[in-house]
Amino acid sequence: MKIDQDHSRFRNIVRGRIRQNLRKYISQGELIGRKGKDLVSIPIPQIDIPHFRYGDKQQGGTGQGDGDPGDPVGGEEGEEGEGGKKAGEDAGEHVLEVDVTLDELAAILGEELELPDVENKGKSKLINEKDRYTGLRRVGPESLRHFRRTYREALKRTIATGLYSPELPVIVPHPEDKRYRSWRTVAEPVANAVIIYMMDVSGSMGDEQKEIVRIESFWVDTWLQRQYKGLESRYIIHDAVAREVDRDTFFHTRESGGTMISSAYKLCGQLIDDHYPPEEWNIYPFHFSDGDNWSMDDTLQCVEILKQKLLPRVNMFAYGQVESPYGSGQFIKDLRDHFGKDERVVLSEIRDKDAIVGSIKEFLGKGK
Amino acid sequence: MSEFALKTSLPAYLRSWQDKIADIGRGYGLDFFPTVFEILSYDQMNEIAAYGGFPNRFPHWRYGMEYERLSKSYEYGLSKIYEMVINNNPSYAYLLEGNSLTDQKLVMAHVYAHVDFFKNNYCFRSTDLDTGGKTTNPAVRPADYSPNRRWIDKMANHGARVRRIVARYGINRVEEFVDFCLSLENLIDPHAAFTGRRKVMSQEERDSEKATEVPRLRSKEYMESFINPEEYLEEQRAKIEAEKEKAKKFPERSERDVLGFLLEHAPLERWEHDVLEIVREEAVYFVPQMQTKIMNEGWASYWHSRMMTEKVLDASEIIDYADNAAGVLATAKGQLNPYKLGIELFRNIEERWDKGQFGKEWEDCDDLDAKRNWNLRLGLGRKKVFEVRALYNDVTFIDEFLTPDFAREQKLFSYAWSNRNERYEIETREFKAVKEKLLFQLTNAGSPFIYVEDANYENRGELLLRHDHQGMDLRVDYAKEVMRALYRIWKRPVLTQTVMESKATLLRYDGREHTSKTLRKE
Repeated sequence: MKIDQDHSRFRNIVRGRIRQNLRKYISQGELIGRKGKDLVSIPIPQIDIPHFRYGDKQQGGTGQGDGDPGDPVGGEEGEEGEGGKKAGEDAGEHVLEVDVTLDELAAILGEELELPDVENKGKSKLINEKDRYTGLRRVGPESLRHFRRTYREALKRTIATGLYSPELPVIVPHPEDKRYRSWRTVAEPVANAVIIYMMDVSGSMGDEQKEIVRIESFWVDTWLQRQYKGLESRYIIHDAVAREVDRDTFFHTRESGGTMISSAYKLCGQLIDDHYPPEEWNIYPFHFSDGDNWSMDDTLQCVEILKQKLLPRVNMFAYGQVESPYGSGQFIKDLRDHFGKDERVVLSEIRDKDAIVGSIKEFLGKGK
Repeated sequence: MSEFALKTSLPAYLRSWQDKIADIGRGYGLDFFPTVFEILSYDQMNEIAAYGGFPNRFPHWRYGMEYERLSKSYEYGLSKIYEMVINNNPSYAYLLEGNSLTDQKLVMAHVYAHVDFFKNNYCFRSTDLDTGGKTTNPAVRPADYSPNRRWIDKMANHGARVRRIVARYGINRVEEFVDFCLSLENLIDPHAAFTGRRKVMSQEERDSEKATEVPRLRSKEYMESFINPEEYLEEQRAKIEAEKEKAKKFPERSERDVLGFLLEHAPLERWEHDVLEIVREEAVYFVPQMQTKIMNEGWASYWHSRMMTEKVLDASEIIDYADNAAGVLATAKGQLNPYKLGIELFRNIEERWDKGQFGKEWEDCDDLDAKRNWNLRLGLGRKKVFEVRALYNDVTFIDEFLTPDFAREQKLFSYAWSNRNERYEIETREFKAVKEKLLFQLTNAGSPFIYVEDANYENRGELLLRHDHQGMDLRVDYAKEVMRALYRIWKRPVLTQTVMESKATLLRYDGREHTSKTLRKE
C-alpha cells in the first residue's frame, strides 16, 4: 500500500521516541491501579505538529447534556481534554488510550523490548486435569438433564408408538427418554512456573524504592503470565529475619532494623524444597534490595546458599538493586564478583523509575 | 488510478441502489455533482482516510501516524469509518466493504447530501480551481455551475512534485522542511479567495512617490527668505521624510495571509518555495470544511434521515437503521456532537419557518402560551433550509439561528477548567455565555488570529507578527516551536507580539535562543 512508506517513516520517528514514551507510561504507577477486569490502557503515540494555538486550560468549551454548574464534564472533554490532563508539559504528546487485555499488553511489551520467548526447560510433568462436557448418556443427575435431547427422544417415541396427535401435541417423557450431559476428563501437561519475590524491607527501603519494585514486578508478572499457563507467585519479605507474606503485605510493609539477606535465601530454598520440585516447576526467584547487607559474613553465606541450594534448581536468579540514599550498594558488587560469568544469575541496577524498562529487558531479555 | 478504480467499483446491486438514491435526492431538490462510489476493504479505507480521502498525497509521516491511529482503533474495536466523501468534481465517496445493505444505503444518502452541500454552500467556492482565487461574490454563480474541482489530480500532482524534490534533496531534509511548513499551515486568510488578489504596487506607483520637493510659494527673489523661510522649508522636508519613512513600513497594512506573504517575500530556495506553496494550497482546500463542520454534517444527517425513513428503507431494516442513526447522533459524555447539533438546528429552522415563528412580531411577543401555539402555516421551512445551506457558515449559522429555547432543549452548556478541582467543570447554562463560547470556538476554526505586522522590524529585516489577543493567551511552548519554523523560512529573527497573563509581551527568536520581554503600555 502507498501508506506503508509513510507509516514506516512514522514508526521510525517514534522508535526514537517510543522508548521514552513507553518508559514514561510504564513508570506511572497508576497503570497497575487501572487493571480492572484485566484491562489496562495503553496509549497510541501521536506526534502533534506545533501551531499557534490557545493554551488548553484557559479555553474550555461547550458541551451538551445533563449536569449543574460545577459538575465535572465527563471524561475526555473537548479536543485536547486528554492532552491537557496528562501531557500538558511535553510538547506534542497526544495519547489515545486503548484498553487491552493483559495478554495483549504482554505481547506489546515483548515486541517493544524485543523479549525472546522463554525457553521451556521441559519441566512440564505437571498434569492439569480439566472436565469437558463432550456427550450424552442415559443416566445422570437431574441437574445435568439435557432438556432438548430428552424432549426429542420422547417425541420420537410418541410418534413411533402412534400416540402423537397434531391436535393435542402433548409429549410426556418417560424415564428411558431422559438424556444427561456426560463429561470427559482431559489431561493436559502444563508448563508451570513460580516466581518467588523477595524484598528487603529494612529501614533503608523507602516508599519510592518499593514503588519501583512494585512496578517492576507487575511487568515481570505480566510477561511470565503469558509464557506459562499456571503461574504462581510467592512473596518473601526480610530484614534481619525473613517471612512469607501475601502480595498486599509484601508491598506495604515497612520494617526497620538490619538486613540479613541470607535469611530470605534460606526461606526461598525452603519454599522450593517444600512445594516446588524443580523437575516439575520453572522457578524464578527475584530479589530486590538496596544492596546494604549486614555483614560480609552474611554475604558469603548468601553466595553459598545460592551456589548450593538455589542455582541448581532455578531457571534463573534475578537480583535487582534499587538505589537508596542509605544503602551502600555493595551487595550487587559482591554478587558480580562471585557470579559474574554465571548465566543463571541476572543482575540489574535500577536507579530510578526511568530505569525500569531497561531493567526488565535485562531480566527477561535472555529468554530463560 | 484506473487500476485502483477497477478493483473497487460497486457491485451491481449497490449500483442500482445508488441510482435510486440519487433520484430520490434529486426529487427532494438536492443538487449535487456527479458522484463516484468505490467500495474498499477496511485497510484500504484506513489508508485513504489517513490521506484525508485522497488516494494520493505528498509523502509525509503525518499520514502514517493517522493510519496507525485509524487501524489501531479499528483493530481494538473502538471505531470504524463508515463513509468518506471528498469535495471534488466529480465527487468521490467510499463505502466500507462488508457493511450491511442498510448501512450502505444510509451512507449513500448521507454522501449525496454532503455533495449537495459541497456544490451549493458558498464557502466551498474557494476551492474552485478555475476562478483563480477571485470569486468576489460567492452567492452569484452561473446556472449550469460545474466548476473545476479536480483536487484529486491536484493532490496527486503535489505528491509527484514532492517526490521529485525528495529524490533530489533527500527525504530527511525535505521532510524536516515540510514539518516546518505544516507548523504554519493555519496561518492563512480563510477569506482570501473572496477578497481578490492582494494588491501589488506597480513600479510606476513606486516611482511616482520619489518627488519630495517641498512646494514653494512664488516670490520675488529678494522676498524669498521671507515668504519661504529656510526654517519652515526644513521643517516641511522633515515632515515629508517622516511620512515616507512611515510608508516604508512593510507590509503597509497588517497581513492575515502569513503563508502567502512568506511565499512572496521570504528568501526561499526554489524547492522550498514549491513545498510551502503546496502546503498553503492544501490548507486552503480544507478551510471550508472546517468552517462548515456543523452545517455540513447536520445537513447530511438531516437528509439521510428523511430519505431513509420516507423513501428508502424496507420495514425490516428500520431497527438496524435506527440503531446506527442513534450511534451517529449520540452525545457522548457531554461532548458536543456536530451531527446532532447540526441536524437539530436544521430541523428547528424548518419548523420555525413552517410555522412562521420568525420576524418582528414573533420576537416581540411576550406571551409564552401564544408562542407555544404559534402557527401561521406558512410552509416556508423547506425553502429556508435550502437557503441556509447555501449562504451560511457555522459561525453565522449559530449566530443567527441558535435561540434560547433551542439551547435549553438541547441542554447546551459551557465548561471551563477548574484549577481547584483539576478538572473540566460545567460553567454555566446561561444562553448568552454559552453562545458566545460556542461562537468563539468556531471563529477562525478555534485558532488565534495572527498577522504579519512588519517585515522590516526596526529596519533590521526582522519579521514581526502580531497576535490579536481576544482574551486567550497563546500556548507558549507551541508558539516557540512555530517561531523556530518561521525563522527557518524567514532566515532572520522572528518576533511575536502578544499578551501573556494580561501583559503585552514580545517573544523573539533569533535562531539560537528564545527571549521574551514585557512591553510597557504606551
